[in-house]
Amino acid sequence: MAERKTPIPLAVKLAFGFLILFVLFALFGQWLSPHEYRATSLMDRLKPPVGFGGDWTYPLGTDARGRDLLVRLAVGAQITLIVAVVGTLIGAILGSLLGILAAARRGIVETIVVGAIDVQASLPIIVVALFVLAMFDSSFTLFLFLIGLTGWEVYARLMRGAVLAAREQGYVTAVRALGASPYRIYLRHILPNVISVALVQFTVNLPLTVLLETALSFLGLGVQSPLTSLGQIMSEGRDRLLTAWWLTVFPGIVIFLLALSISLVGDWVRDRFDPTLRTET
Amino acid sequence: MAASPTPPVLEVRDLRIALPPGADRDHAADGIDLTMAPGQTLCLVGESGSGKSVIAQAIMGMLPPVLRMERGRITLQGTETPPQRSDRFNRLRGTQVAMVFQDAVSSLNPIQRVGRQLEEILQVHGVPQSQRRKRVMDMLAAVQLPDPDRAYRSYPHEMSGGQAQRIVIAGALLLNPALLIADEPTTALDVTTQAEILDLIDGLKKKFDTSVLFITHDFGVVADIADHVVVLKDGLIVEHGAAESVLRAPQHAYTKRLLDAASLEGRAQGGDAGAPVLTVRDLNLTYRRGFFFNRTEVAAVRDVNLTLHKGQTLAVVGESGSGKSSLAKCLLRLEDVESGTIAFKGQDITHERGRALRDFRARVQVVLQDPFGALDPRFRTLDAVAEGPIIHGVPRKQAHERARQMLERVGLGPQAAARYPQEFSGGQRQRICIARALVLEPEVLIADEAVSALDVSIQVQILDLFTELQKSLGFSMVFITHDLHVAAAISDRVLVMQNGRVVEEGPTAEVFEHPQKDYTRDLLNSAPGRKGGLAA
Repeated sequence: MAERKTPIPLAVKLAFGFLILFVLFALFGQWLSPHEYRATSLMDRLKPPVGFGGDWTYPLGTDARGRDLLVRLAVGAQITLIVAVVGTLIGAILGSLLGILAAARRGIVETIVVGAIDVQASLPIIVVALFVLAMFDSSFTLFLFLIGLTGWEVYARLMRGAVLAAREQGYVTAVRALGASPYRIYLRHILPNVISVALVQFTVNLPLTVLLETALSFLGLGVQSPLTSLGQIMSEGRDRLLTAWWLTVFPGIVIFLLALSISLVGDWVRDRFDPTLRTET
Repeated sequence: MAASPTPPVLEVRDLRIALPPGADRDHAADGIDLTMAPGQTLCLVGESGSGKSVIAQAIMGMLPPVLRMERGRITLQGTETPPQRSDRFNRLRGTQVAMVFQDAVSSLNPIQRVGRQLEEILQVHGVPQSQRRKRVMDMLAAVQLPDPDRAYRSYPHEMSGGQAQRIVIAGALLLNPALLIADEPTTALDVTTQAEILDLIDGLKKKFDTSVLFITHDFGVVADIADHVVVLKDGLIVEHGAAESVLRAPQHAYTKRLLDAASLEGRAQGGDAGAPVLTVRDLNLTYRRGFFFNRTEVAAVRDVNLTLHKGQTLAVVGESGSGKSSLAKCLLRLEDVESGTIAFKGQDITHERGRALRDFRARVQVVLQDPFGALDPRFRTLDAVAEGPIIHGVPRKQAHERARQMLERVGLGPQAAARYPQEFSGGQRQRICIARALVLEPEVLIADEAVSALDVSIQVQILDLFTELQKSLGFSMVFITHDLHVAAAISDRVLVMQNGRVVEEGPTAEVFEHPQKDYTRDLLNSAPGRKGGLAA
């Protein structure tokens, strides 16, 4: 095979661009506007965006309490990003560790982990989240943990399989015969060869977490006012879909583009990391 | 050949098949001329990459689209074949020319019963339903399956490799083709099974008056069955002629090399045995699997005794499942033995742990069969070789220096050091593995089928390397192999295993010339080339 660097497709470039813009917006978007995201101004209730009868004081308009939508979107983006990344990371790390542990120890440890994977996989996660959040007072930390606990079983299953396969490789036998300790075998040989599996799953998982967060917040069970997130903004705008469309359309577009961009970039990363396609040059 | 009134079964004239641009040469095969008279067996001999399989594909009309037939003519029974992959070719396959592949099990459909699959061949070619079953049963009997009725009802996974190959041969011969192409059909099989399949093909050839184009890398096989031989190298014919004359007086150096690799010629004996290095007494190993209900036990190694002397090479031979690899794992202390003792230079190391085990590991090293899996794809060559010394406390810089020297000794230049294993060929990788094992300066090297995955001419190189390094470094070797030629070429003593037990043990030359046990005799007689008088 002639080895040539394949050019990055346009869609992936655009998606990359959007993700960079999104992160910048989440980090610095608050400075685009003089307003504070919680500051209400009853005089300026439900102002439409520029171009739809509004003016540049509130470029994207205001909500029912006269809060600036632009700055709220920036803060919402920040929270959504934090929840998505931290939540996915918790699941990824927890799941990967359990999967590696199961494959490394075998025996009773493996039986327990595999059992837990099956239980987790058969639970309808949204319903459980609804139940837990409704039972306990919804706090941001609890919400973050709940998000983190969804999806771990996929990492555990994948990593267990990858490690079991890697253990059978000749190089593991050879390195063991050299006298390497189990730590060395796992840290230097097995882990680097299986980590791409978790990385790929991370990119699959991330947009799902974004959607889970926004869905739960939309239902009023996620991020609570005065804190805000993209889903929570949509949830507040829900009642005024016809009169103040901008309250739902703008965060909706952002969520849509965010999930799409992560998926596109993830797809591309997956192809790059696919061990069957990989040839080092 | 004298001119015959009937047209040749197969005639290939000036065939050239181009490789796509960017490959390491511009043709897969070039200037190929073949003529096969009815009832003849022609052996196409060559190593991987010699173009032998591509030629077979072209005759079957199944060249993959990336390979273009640039020039030449292929005629079957006097009629020129239609273009590659065309619909008209479908009618020729099965009726005029049929093919048998190396991996029989995977060329059968795993979810269909064997009988159904064979009947489908007849169905496709319009044989009425009423006759199908009988013809299939007749053919299953013809390929000498012990119980044709049961075979008819079996699924492929219920059969052994040899049985599956019989089924595939049955399928190929169902429509009584004039030409049977067999592409390495016995390479994946044990020697005794291989001998049976070769006999079967020879018998069927006479019974059905079929010509056989047999593709192989093994001159032993050639000696057993060929009337004519064509030797291929890099897509070109380097030598051709009647089997006897090529075997007796090969003209081309390459043919001589392949022939050498297939002889059971022993190596010059190194001489006196030193002190015992490795002593094994009454070794047992049983694999246990599953709980309560489906608990299975496999006795992999049973009451094995062996002694390895300093500077000697002991070959452990046996067929798959004979327990030879399990024995290797015990010797390496990678598997905990059930009972018995392993002593290294008089010291019992059967149950050593921790530091003592680590010290033992530095002194007994291993080279594994599959050179592609045996190296971590993320480690550069130098790091892979230096890892052993680093594990055993040698400072990084010195370890790298030692690794560099060892790489040179195994014949890899300094430019190899910074490259990844994927960039090397199988033989080169095996050199890296040997360097990795020997850089620790072990006293015992255990080679587990270390040359089985390599082409024969590369095998010879690697075996020479082992012998040469052994001479200069003075280690002892346990060489595990299923290949008697390899055992003969490298060992001073040989140990024959069957079903986990030692059947026979003794000096290699003695065992090979005067085997005491029936099993050893069977094994030796099955080795391809014996009948053809190759193993003089």
